[in-house]
Amino acid sequence: MNLLKTLAASAALAVGLGGAAFAEKTKVGFVYVGPIGDFGWSYEHDQGRLAVEEAFGDDVETVFAESVPEGADSERVMTQMALDGADLIFTTSFGYMDPTNNVAAKFPDVKFEHATGFKREHPNVSTYSARFYEGRTVIGHIAGHMTETNTIGYIASFPIPEVIRGINSAYLAAKAVNPDVQMKIVWVFTWFDPGKEADAANALIEQGADIIMQHTDSPAAMTIAEEKGILAFGQASDMKQFGPNARLSSIIDDWAPYYVARTKAVMDGTWEQVDVWDGIKEGMVAIGEFSDKIPADVQASATAIKEGIVAGTVHSFTGPINKQDGSAWLADGETADDGTLLGMNFYVEGIEGDIPQ
Amino acid sequence: MDPVIVIASLIVASTPIVFAAIGELVVEKSGVLNLGVEGMMIIGAVCGFIAAVETGSPLMGFLAGAAAGAAISLLFALLTQVLIANQVASGLALTLFGLGLSALIGHKYTGLRPPPTPKLEFFGAADIPIIGPIFFNHDLGVYASLILIVAVWYFLKHTRQGLILRAIGENHDAAHALGYKVVRIRVIAIMFGGACAGLGGAYFSLIRVPLWNEGMTAGIGWIALAIVVFASWKPWRILIGAYLFGGVTVLQLNLQGIGIDIPVAYLSMAPYLATIIVLVIMSADRTRASLNAPASLGRIFHASS
Repeated sequence: MNLLKTLAASAALAVGLGGAAFAEKTKVGFVYVGPIGDFGWSYEHDQGRLAVEEAFGDDVETVFAESVPEGADSERVMTQMALDGADLIFTTSFGYMDPTNNVAAKFPDVKFEHATGFKREHPNVSTYSARFYEGRTVIGHIAGHMTETNTIGYIASFPIPEVIRGINSAYLAAKAVNPDVQMKIVWVFTWFDPGKEADAANALIEQGADIIMQHTDSPAAMTIAEEKGILAFGQASDMKQFGPNARLSSIIDDWAPYYVARTKAVMDGTWEQVDVWDGIKEGMVAIGEFSDKIPADVQASATAIKEGIVAGTVHSFTGPINKQDGSAWLADGETADDGTLLGMNFYVEGIEGDIPQ
Repeated sequence: MDPVIVIASLIVASTPIVFAAIGELVVEKSGVLNLGVEGMMIIGAVCGFIAAVETGSPLMGFLAGAAAGAAISLLFALLTQVLIANQVASGLALTLFGLGLSALIGHKYTGLRPPPTPKLEFFGAADIPIIGPIFFNHDLGVYASLILIVAVWYFLKHTRQGLILRAIGENHDAAHALGYKVVRIRVIAIMFGGACAGLGGAYFSLIRVPLWNEGMTAGIGWIALAIVVFASWKPWRILIGAYLFGGVTVLQLNLQGIGIDIPVAYLSMAPYLATIIVLVIMSADRTRASLNAPASLGRIFHASS
């Protein structure tokens, strides 16, 4: 026991000394909701972390915590990171919103960056997100053309504006090219649970879906699509290796430039609170390579939509659009403002079913 | 929605839980509480996956999963039976260790696909309407899990070795006084539990979701633990508990697919509620409780005392 204590004490001493010796290093923390090997959402955030290390080398030290549940536990993890001397902490899931703000209040000198949220209660909290719905417009367009059963299956995670916006965006784009298209939505109430995501994919295939879209983090649905011989889209990551035949395209998140820029700002002392919402144009959302299964004309029209979004001539939500209950939302030619999009809590006309409460 | 297909898919969804829970039941019947089921499952999942990919044989995958689960459970056996460490803490440590180790050894295998596991042929019995898809259209793993349930029931109820194992679980001091090798038998039980959890894990990564993904078991090991309690340590009730749990998950997803508006939250909590109710009923009646839960469960045994 004494030996153990001695070892522990010397280890603690070594860590303490190490910390003092490298105090000028900028320490950047990352909190992930899933494992970094999910090959989806958390994986891409971790690629951003590696890009930060690459960019600044020895001037930066990164730490991360993976599979951190949303809620009270995440607050503990963030507090620990701040206590350990982190200068900048990225919290990368919607459910970390309140914990991030709570911890930020206690550590005014530490900068916090919360992904996909909207609360900036303290001057040291920024929020950033990507306009994934722009990507959904492109893949929705492809899905509308490619479905033979006119049924698109959608695996949704939690009923938050981010997810609802994606469903609406994909549906509108599919409906625009295929008036008969139907969207079946299954809510799984988790970001990462391969078993449940696979069950949801099977349930949707059972209901006649021949294309699966997902707003969850693992490639399980892609694997099932490959196995059952239907089509799917990569989510957050390309996921091609999980469905070489099934994958049509993908929405890829690219956080690296943002993470590098924000780390640089902390190093230079120029960090300021921001609310960033970048899309395809800025490169935060990328569309994966098109599969050969997509006919050339559809590839061309999908590319045109993507280029239109970049040029600003195409908006995912352009009127006339009614809400699900038939009430008018956007007039002809009108586009949705960011405020409405950020708080979106309704389906557009044509989608069946209710958003769970 | 076709109820026949829902039943068929709930069986597949529940099978990993059946494996893990029946193994844990034997462990707990011997008086040991191993909370490391999740860790042993994920190790079984990754090792089974790697073995199946490397050899091209799903059967090798299942064997490797079971062997890996048993091997890692030896760590728990060493801590709790030889070094007499606290079982709860050791079990939790085993789960954390398993999750980390599996991520490490599985790193290179993400994105690969395992060989498909064939379904068993029963001379065309799968084509019989209704009965066929439910009973005769599954892979080997499903039938193995059912056979395992029967085997464990028979072993515990009708064999002398089963009686000894139960005696050790009820009162290890008395069993020791009678000359039974308490530690040796418990180590064997722990290894059996590890092998079963490993099988469940391999079933998960080879059949239920044919891929390797870090942390892919996502908490079903804990559900298996709850189901042992729900089943009040009776093998055939494990089957009911596991199918109930898998059934609720699959059913609610299918109901959503056809657009039936159901309160998902209530359905999802149903198995947990049932477990709590079973616990309340059991603890309300002291004599019944003592009949069910092994009396030495989680207690440390030392031959000198």
